[in-house]
Amino acid sequence: MDTPMMSPENQTPERPLKASRFELRAVDNHLDDSEAERMAREGRWGFLHSEETGSAVDGPGMRVVFWTTGCEFRCTYCHNPDTWKLKNGQVVCADDILDELAKYKDYLRFSGGGVTISGGEPLVQAPFVMNILRGAKAMGIHTCLDTNGFLGDKLSDDDLSQIDLFLLDVKSWVPETHLKVTAKPVGPVLDFARRLAARGRPMWVRFVLVPGHTDAPENIRGVASFIASLGNVERVDVLPFHQLGRFKWEKMGMKYELVDVHAPKPEQTEATKEIFRSYGLNTP
Amino acid sequence: MSERDNVALDSAVSHAWRGFNGGEWQSAIAVREFIQQNLTSYEGDDTFLAPATPRTTAIWAKLSDLFVQERAKGVLDVSQIPTSITAHDAGYIDRENEVIVGLQTDAPLKRAIFPNGGWRMVETSLKAFGFPVEEKNREIFTKYRKTHNDGVFDAYPEDVRKARSSHIVTGLPDAYGRGRIIGDYRRVALYGVDKLIEFKAREKRSLDGAHSTDEIIRDREELSEQLKAFKELKAMAAKYGFDISKPAATAKEAVQWLYFGYLAAVKEQNGAAMSLGRTSSFLDIYFERDLAEGTLTESQAQEIIDDFVIKLRIVRFLRTPEYDALFSGDPTWVTESLGGVSQDGRSLVTKNSFRFLNTLYTLGPAPEPNMTVFWTPKLPEGFKKFCAKVSIDTSSVQYESDELMRPAWGDDTAIACCVSAMRVGKQMQLFGARVNLAKCMLYAINGGRDEVSGDQVMPAFPPVEGEYLDFDDVMKKFDIAMEWLARTYVNAMNVIHYMHDKYAYERIEMALHDYNPLRTMAFGIAGLSVVTDSLSAIKNAKVKVVRNETGLVTDYVIEGDFPKFGNNDDRVDQYAAWLAETFMNKLRKHPTYRNALHTQSVLTITSNVVYGKATGNTPDGRRAGEPFAPGANPMHGRDKMGFVASAMSVAKIPYEHCQDGISLTSSIVPSGLGSTRSDQVANLARSMDGFFGTTGFHVNVNVLNRDTLVDAMEHPENYPQLTIRVSGYAVNFIKLTKEQQLDVINRTFHGEV
Repeated sequence: MDTPMMSPENQTPERPLKASRFELRAVDNHLDDSEAERMAREGRWGFLHSEETGSAVDGPGMRVVFWTTGCEFRCTYCHNPDTWKLKNGQVVCADDILDELAKYKDYLRFSGGGVTISGGEPLVQAPFVMNILRGAKAMGIHTCLDTNGFLGDKLSDDDLSQIDLFLLDVKSWVPETHLKVTAKPVGPVLDFARRLAARGRPMWVRFVLVPGHTDAPENIRGVASFIASLGNVERVDVLPFHQLGRFKWEKMGMKYELVDVHAPKPEQTEATKEIFRSYGLNTP
Repeated sequence: MSERDNVALDSAVSHAWRGFNGGEWQSAIAVREFIQQNLTSYEGDDTFLAPATPRTTAIWAKLSDLFVQERAKGVLDVSQIPTSITAHDAGYIDRENEVIVGLQTDAPLKRAIFPNGGWRMVETSLKAFGFPVEEKNREIFTKYRKTHNDGVFDAYPEDVRKARSSHIVTGLPDAYGRGRIIGDYRRVALYGVDKLIEFKAREKRSLDGAHSTDEIIRDREELSEQLKAFKELKAMAAKYGFDISKPAATAKEAVQWLYFGYLAAVKEQNGAAMSLGRTSSFLDIYFERDLAEGTLTESQAQEIIDDFVIKLRIVRFLRTPEYDALFSGDPTWVTESLGGVSQDGRSLVTKNSFRFLNTLYTLGPAPEPNMTVFWTPKLPEGFKKFCAKVSIDTSSVQYESDELMRPAWGDDTAIACCVSAMRVGKQMQLFGARVNLAKCMLYAINGGRDEVSGDQVMPAFPPVEGEYLDFDDVMKKFDIAMEWLARTYVNAMNVIHYMHDKYAYERIEMALHDYNPLRTMAFGIAGLSVVTDSLSAIKNAKVKVVRNETGLVTDYVIEGDFPKFGNNDDRVDQYAAWLAETFMNKLRKHPTYRNALHTQSVLTITSNVVYGKATGNTPDGRRAGEPFAPGANPMHGRDKMGFVASAMSVAKIPYEHCQDGISLTSSIVPSGLGSTRSDQVANLARSMDGFFGTTGFHVNVNVLNRDTLVDAMEHPENYPQLTIRVSGYAVNFIKLTKEQQLDVINRTFHGEV
């Protein structure tokens, strides 16, 4: 790549990457969307929203997490709408990310953690993401991909074998609900889940409980019944909706439809977990 | 001693030692060997533990009422009898119901005066808390009996006085007891005092043939004082109806004997830190024997430990309000070291390690005793999880690296104060507070002038010229400034410890050491992250200086961004490592009193707030008066990448140049450790495995939400026992000054949304 803004020397000394996932972050890369997509297809360079070390909620153990930009789902309850546009991310080289990860190799080994790529939707930049995960795996680091699965076809079977654990976000079961909350059909998500099951890849399912949107009993039961049938789901995390991303929508001048939605009461979250448990799923 | 007495003594000893595996420890003072021969490691979990008995709860409730009165008055009561091991009659909280007995004076929370350290400290403290000053005492300690404080100021050179009054060197133990000496109190239980006297007398006799040089004369005098202190220890125990000339024969006696040893120390000395050592696993050997003999139940075992810990929680010293403000409440650093593994890899965790931590449930959270776990990934899983659970519930535990300390100091090492490792009974330290390296850097920029007062403190050298700071120029001048500071600092320390040995010698603590122990002289540095970030700013961004009308640089304008300490970024972290090593090497150039080994800590206690207050604007963008980060912590809010990156930056500071410890204080919100309690417990334990499995040295773990602290500031009455770890120790949050509370609240809370 010879585009000047992509050389590491041109970055500010402190990588803006070093930030919390909860910060509103959109870098002006002076790129247009097609140029960004072209880079993402190539895989050596990619776009990241942020990095965090010591996350305890993105897979097993204490993990280093990279959040990518680029997502086509447009979830109405998204708390990171600043990750939607690919070109909003910081341009980084996969090799640099691997150098960064190498610093944590020993820590991650002792702490039973690993690396997680989350987003955004990481598979928008599948070649870039696979470069990182493949490199991490080669270093002996446990690898984890947090995905909505919609773009699962981008991964080859060999790619799947490089990933130790999939965190699959199943947004909804009822097709209309899925369309309503994500702007995409649920079919490809389920296909990907079946493919992971067929290949025996370990998976944790995450379900975001949004009152009035995803909490219909038939929706929850649908998800539970489906994933219980797969046989490779080791754990289900029910994530209660929160309003922490709201300010980002407002700051970015986007219309936020969930202004009046409250976080579910603990009892409601617990009742939802019970439904998953009733299907024999490990739901802590 | 008649033939008959000898036989009687022997039978008492053999009864006390029944069932123990014998060895070298029976013919020499060798507590470590006794432990190695007799310890039963415990690999299980916390389910065996017993809750507090009604007796324990009642005693604690009685004290809790007194705590409320004490908080209101500052000091509950004072005894005007100048303290000594035997100065006071026996005192009790509730005589009929106490399992372990002994108080510093004749009543709980009644503080003694310790004039040997310095009369002024006593008088100021008495006046500050509204107690009369007795003329007779004043006359004795100003007319007839010279104090440590007087001696020091008779011998301080001018440079030291200047450094002291400009706050570039602060907290020197020149007006009070130096502390950070751990007597091996276990010896009292294992051998009984008569045997200790016998061994000590032999040590003294061994000097009879030596020529009477200054050193030998001092040693002989000290050994004589130690022998007297042992006799006083026996007399003190006798006031409580105990004969401790023979070894302890039961678990309860072992705790009582050991506590009497410690009690004598806190009756004799108001050392800044009066740490306990590594006692719990030693004591466990007695508990296991009693449990096996059927003479003790688990509930009784917990009750003994609870009552012991109650006594440790009420150790008090009379100090000035300024001292209390500096250190947040009145910490005593009754540090107890738990866990760790032996040289041969066996775990040193026992059931008693659990019982000690369990007091944070049976009695509720508290800052004292300062529970310190020696962590290594090799610890049993059950213990790791219990520690994590206790941390999540109480924020009262600190962790230090068994992996770094064991190779350096062996497996019978304990922490004095916060992070100072020493071999129990074989090593002591000459404590020396710390210097303000951020201020030193500002002096470098200003040619040795103080950035606040404008006074020429260091001998003059050319200040920086021009509009922007030049990295190489600043480094060159910083070197000159540090050189002067290191020399002045060692000078001050040598004077202090010479006088402390002369006028306020720790007789009983040193009696519980081998003759001629390894002495370290523990220097300290503050402002590490301020200097580190400043150097990074000067190197990686452009820093413009702002001068006042006298040409003094008083402010800085940073143009551009720069890497900051705490993000695991070598471009800046290298300066932290460089600073620690460079200053340490400068200290090493200057010979120490009694040929002590130079060591250094990166630890601020809570003085990071007052250091910040006394320091002007710094080139990293920190404003004048703002607190420094505590210890080796990154500056608040600049560590953006989470706990691991932050901790790994700190872990780059080389232990070989900071053998007196490197302190990291970390706050994590509970949800940052996982979404469920079992995840939280497992993840905290795992993150400690990660930190100590690499090269982390120390971490204070706070698991709490910022909101809790804000609420506690507003409604202190609702949080009488809210405990937080600050810098190598824990405090009652509500006893902090308002500035310190805000400092804690403004710190980085990892995992916070």
